[in-house]
Amino acid sequence: MKKNWTKFLVVALSVMMVFAMTACGGGSGDSGSSEGGDNALHLGGVGPLTGPAALYGNAVNNGAQLAVDEINAANPDGVQLVWDMQDDEHDAEKSVNAYNKLVDDGMQVLVGTVTTAPCTAVAAEAFEDRMFVLTPSASGPAVTEGNDNVFQLCFSDPNQGIASADYIKANYADKTVGVIYNNADNYSTGIYDKFKSEYEADGKKLAAVEAFSDDANADFTAQLNSMKNAGVDLIFLPIYYTPASNIMTQANKMGYAPTYFGVDGMDGILDLEGFDTSLAEGVLLLTPFTPYSDDAKVQDFVKAYEDKFGETPIQFAADAYDCVYAVYDAFGKTGLGTDASSADICEAMIKVFTGGDFTASGLTAETMKWNAEGEVDKTPKVCVIQDGKYVEQ
Amino acid sequence: MNFLNSLISGLSLGSVYAIIALGYTMVYGISKMLNFAHGDVIMVGGYVSFIMTMYVGMNGWLALLVAMVVCTLLGIIIERLAYRPLRGTGSLAVLITAIGVSYFLQNAALLIWGANPRVFTSLFDGVGTIHAAGGQLTITPESLFTILANIVIMIVLTLFVNRTKAGKAMRAVSEDNGAAQLMGINVNQSISLTFAIGSGLAAVAGVLMCSAYPVLMPTTGAMPGIKAFTAAVFGGIGSIPGAMIGGLILGIIEIFSRAYISTELSDAIVFACLIIVLLVKPTGLLGKKVSEKV
Repeated sequence: MKKNWTKFLVVALSVMMVFAMTACGGGSGDSGSSEGGDNALHLGGVGPLTGPAALYGNAVNNGAQLAVDEINAANPDGVQLVWDMQDDEHDAEKSVNAYNKLVDDGMQVLVGTVTTAPCTAVAAEAFEDRMFVLTPSASGPAVTEGNDNVFQLCFSDPNQGIASADYIKANYADKTVGVIYNNADNYSTGIYDKFKSEYEADGKKLAAVEAFSDDANADFTAQLNSMKNAGVDLIFLPIYYTPASNIMTQANKMGYAPTYFGVDGMDGILDLEGFDTSLAEGVLLLTPFTPYSDDAKVQDFVKAYEDKFGETPIQFAADAYDCVYAVYDAFGKTGLGTDASSADICEAMIKVFTGGDFTASGLTAETMKWNAEGEVDKTPKVCVIQDGKYVEQ
Repeated sequence: MNFLNSLISGLSLGSVYAIIALGYTMVYGISKMLNFAHGDVIMVGGYVSFIMTMYVGMNGWLALLVAMVVCTLLGIIIERLAYRPLRGTGSLAVLITAIGVSYFLQNAALLIWGANPRVFTSLFDGVGTIHAAGGQLTITPESLFTILANIVIMIVLTLFVNRTKAGKAMRAVSEDNGAAQLMGINVNQSISLTFAIGSGLAAVAGVLMCSAYPVLMPTTGAMPGIKAFTAAVFGGIGSIPGAMIGGLILGIIEIFSRAYISTELSDAIVFACLIIVLLVKPTGLLGKKVSEKV
């Protein structure tokens, strides 16, 4: 009996390993990029266009394409942009392959990659190659760490934690604050750590902190009871919207109605099929972009995006759109021609980005500046969900 | 009050584990194989019920019935197509096939229903939560019904296995496959019946689980499947009361370690308890000791 068990386990584990290894089958993106000689700057993008994270990659592809088309149409005699995006299926190895293909095709600046884990791998390659990288959405700190050529347009995970803590302290000083986070996820723990140290920096205390691990179907009653017993009336949720929806449903059944405060992972909760969005009323979230903003620039973008792609843009699309404009503006400041090598462009762009007087403006912020670590400095927007829409606070 | 609240959550979660664990334990009992695809049948049950209520507009209870029928058929088909041809080829081939079926179901669900998570509408949507002791004690209709359903299922199943002809045939096949066949028992039919019952119960478990914890994804069944498998081993795999006791204990340990020790370590504590039980009693709490012939 006992012996059989060991056998079963060994076999089960080895079979799972084989599956994990073979699950990375082939499939390469389409090629297609013209060679230099035309007054054009070649931008490359890498991100998941297929697979479970395809939503994000496609949004980046669409947003960047829209910006490229606008820039090219606006000044047909000036510097033209060429955009080519390759699929990495949210896989680090494929991401490096896609990056190498783009380099071979003559890419001069990389706008990518979309997700953190692949971006960390590609950033190391790009550092060796001296390729300038501006990622729209890879928010992990490992992406920029030690790479002077990599910049983020989105908030880094730690900065989201700090910005949330500051906002809560400034606007909800009288609330008792608790946190539920996912301790099996880098993104969530990264934000939580910074949130805690920032929130507790001047003597305030988090009333309750509870965790869960990746399982989206988890029972949250224990965590919620702990929050309730500690008198928590504002729960900070540095997690994705799927478990957040589960938490809200279970709290509602318990008759517990705290205020929820989420970060960019909360974006998407209103589009969750079957979810009773009335439960999300009053949820606060830190997000750089909302398609419902009154801002004229945002409205134009949303309209153009909807006309062209038939869907409402998410923040990833706006991030990519801003990335293209930031790269275009910075490239104009370098004074280089489009025939410059990617390494020359990289050194010049780093100087512009870290020079101190370069600011970009876009959909996700009025002014964006970068520090030498590659992190962006912009004002976070806090939205509240009202009548099933984001309303800027 | 916190203690009572946690106890109710633990019993409710444990009941879900127990109902799933039944499928594992019955199939293991009769055909000595681990049906790793069982967890994914739960997910199929959840999706069928979701589609029936959201798109066909059925009543939740009717949708549960449809899900049970679909899952029962699915269980029989899986057994007929994937496991029966391999009977007698050794446990390894069947085990690997079971993992293959599990992957197949997950990916088929991904293909049919997509990767976007759905939120399941509870069977008890609109039924109010019971508040007692001045609002301190909360009992949701989901947990109350899950606990009751578990008890009813256990009683009915025990009676079925011990009192009916088909149940006796199942026990006979479980005891000695070859001898049962010689006594004129249709082994294939008995095994099919076991898969049918286990899969039908998986649909019930899926709907109850999704009513309480409403997120539905193609991987929804994976983690509860593993936990329920643990529960079956905990209670002694092959034993029906063992599955119930194992499931309940596992649920209670999980919730209590979350409530009183650490939410971060709850899974580690659950599995540590399993290891301790297996070290002390390798066949599980109610498992029979079987001496292996050499």
